[in-house]
Amino acid sequence: MLRTIDWTIMIVYFVFVLGIGAVLKRYVRTSTDFFLAGRSIPAWVAGLAFLSANLGAQEVIGMGASGAKYGISTSHFYWIGAIPAMVFVGVFMMPFYYGSRARSVPEYLRLRFDEKTRGLNAVSFAVMTLFSSGISMYAMAKLIQILHIFDAPFAWLGLPQAWIFHFSLVISALVVLGYILLGGLTSAIYNEVVQFFLIVAGFLPLVYLGLKNVGGWSGLKATLNPTYTHSWLGMGSAHTNRLGVEWFGLTMGLGFVLSFGYWCTDFLVIQRAMAANSMNSARCTPLIAAFPKMLFPVLVILPGLIAIALPRQDLTGLAGTHAAAAVRGEGLVPAKVDASGKPILDQDGEVQLDYDLATPNMLLHYFPTGILGLGLTALLASFMSGMAGNVTAFNTVWTYDIYQSYINKTGSDAHYLWMGRMATIFGIALSVAAAYMATRFNNIMDMLQLVFAFVNAPLFATFLLGMFWKRTTGHGAFTGLLSGTVAAALHHGLTLPQGGIPGVKGGWLAIMHVYPSEMAQNFWTAIYAWTTCCLVTILVSLLTRAHDEKELVGLVYSLTERPTQRGLRWYQRPAVLAVVVLAATALLNIIFR
Amino acid sequence: MGLDIRLPIGFLFSIFGVLLIAYGAMSDPAIYQRSLGININLAWGIIMLVFGGVMLALGRRGTKL
Repeated sequence: MLRTIDWTIMIVYFVFVLGIGAVLKRYVRTSTDFFLAGRSIPAWVAGLAFLSANLGAQEVIGMGASGAKYGISTSHFYWIGAIPAMVFVGVFMMPFYYGSRARSVPEYLRLRFDEKTRGLNAVSFAVMTLFSSGISMYAMAKLIQILHIFDAPFAWLGLPQAWIFHFSLVISALVVLGYILLGGLTSAIYNEVVQFFLIVAGFLPLVYLGLKNVGGWSGLKATLNPTYTHSWLGMGSAHTNRLGVEWFGLTMGLGFVLSFGYWCTDFLVIQRAMAANSMNSARCTPLIAAFPKMLFPVLVILPGLIAIALPRQDLTGLAGTHAAAAVRGEGLVPAKVDASGKPILDQDGEVQLDYDLATPNMLLHYFPTGILGLGLTALLASFMSGMAGNVTAFNTVWTYDIYQSYINKTGSDAHYLWMGRMATIFGIALSVAAAYMATRFNNIMDMLQLVFAFVNAPLFATFLLGMFWKRTTGHGAFTGLLSGTVAAALHHGLTLPQGGIPGVKGGWLAIMHVYPSEMAQNFWTAIYAWTTCCLVTILVSLLTRAHDEKELVGLVYSLTERPTQRGLRWYQRPAVLAVVVLAATALLNIIFR
Repeated sequence: MGLDIRLPIGFLFSIFGVLLIAYGAMSDPAIYQRSLGININLAWGIIMLVFGGVMLALGRRGTKL
């Protein structure tokens, strides 16, 4: 299926990725160079990396899948679930992250609160990043297998096809290891920027061809049910839209708690802004990222919509083409099949579709040899940069917040640089282990992700109170976080999505409420966790001794000088960028209402 | 940081552009049935080459952004 030209493109890309690392190696002299890119990254580079670090497997494949399943409402994950939070972190929170000179998010918690709050955040974050990077690797190896990318070369070399999965895992791990060991965070950031342009280059022609084929946006509207092509239609009630969530759960749960919790506190993305070359660049980083983010639904969601809008057809030569699956699919989306090749049915007797194959099948359907190599390279690049983002965040948190804080406090800078490289090696080794765990124990992975969701849900309440209310204390933050996590677990244990079986889906304590969809349950779990954390933090803070105000200068809003915007051109001012991006997002919501 | 990121991006996209243009010019038109009869390799190759060239030019002049 793939020819020499496709392989050439792929190989040229891999050579470049490692080459960038090799060139950057000579600039890595101190631990700050390795972990924070020497705080020398220009705003636009940091901004694109901020966007790309989050653009892993889940994004490109997952958003295409959601596009095919839920339609254009999926763009709420961008317009509601990302843009406002990206604006907020840039305008209001970055002055404390960057201004405090903290080297990581847990270190900010140490400066603002106390050691135990940092420890809790550092350890949970470190474990979480390893698992996410493992899951990302697993998804990539699986996809390579399904798309039959290495089938021909393996057959030619006389190697068993079963090794393709292992080979894909190991080779991606080695490439990521190679360029991070060489160039540290700078290398990861540079490759993320390359990957950003590559994704655009690979997916723009795909969307162009797809749209042309179905007769443009108006053609899609004519073919599909209106619930697919309107993002706000039927949002008044959870039962009248495709997502199965009502507007309040959507805006509060996704738009406020989950989105702010991720974009404003997750070190994976914040690290890119901390590496920026000035306070103003750091503040502009998420704002610059917001512009392409706002438009990304075109690249990642539309392919899914087009895939489902095409007429039912013979899927021979595409992925997931079991004879039965091909017949029962919808557009380019094949049916899920069991081991015997029969389509899997849901409770209502409807065929379940394998939405994850929507985007990959679009590539195979529209791209001839040549540009197909480019499209697949873009896909692989997105997997690897997602992985690399996790690994660079892990090695920093491990070295600064765990190793330097609890194991060896008095090492030289060269020692910590060495430790960072070691952490990269064992971080990647552990990710590979996590990937294999995912192949063996799917349930354990589901449960772990659930636990991470419980830990993450309340986080933003802690940061919000910490940054904007000087009375918040360390004891308050710590107990708030713990009780928020417990509240999330309890809420999950007491509720169930419609049609779910008690267990990992919820309801493992008792069933007090049934949500119309899993998404609604997730959003409400987050809302309860956030509210509990907020209330408990306030209460405990008022009961415990306040921090000395002198210690909080530069860490809390009311005790910190506002960063000046004087002497900057209009397009360098965070406030201006923020207003423009928010207005444009509002406009998009109106157009696609 | 020593290396201007626009240089590697410029090189990479120029190489991809040249590869796609060359392949697009030589390949059998029958393979473009799937891309709606458009020689997408040639067309997109030209766009990538132009983009790569612009990046190289900006990077070499060291234009500040």
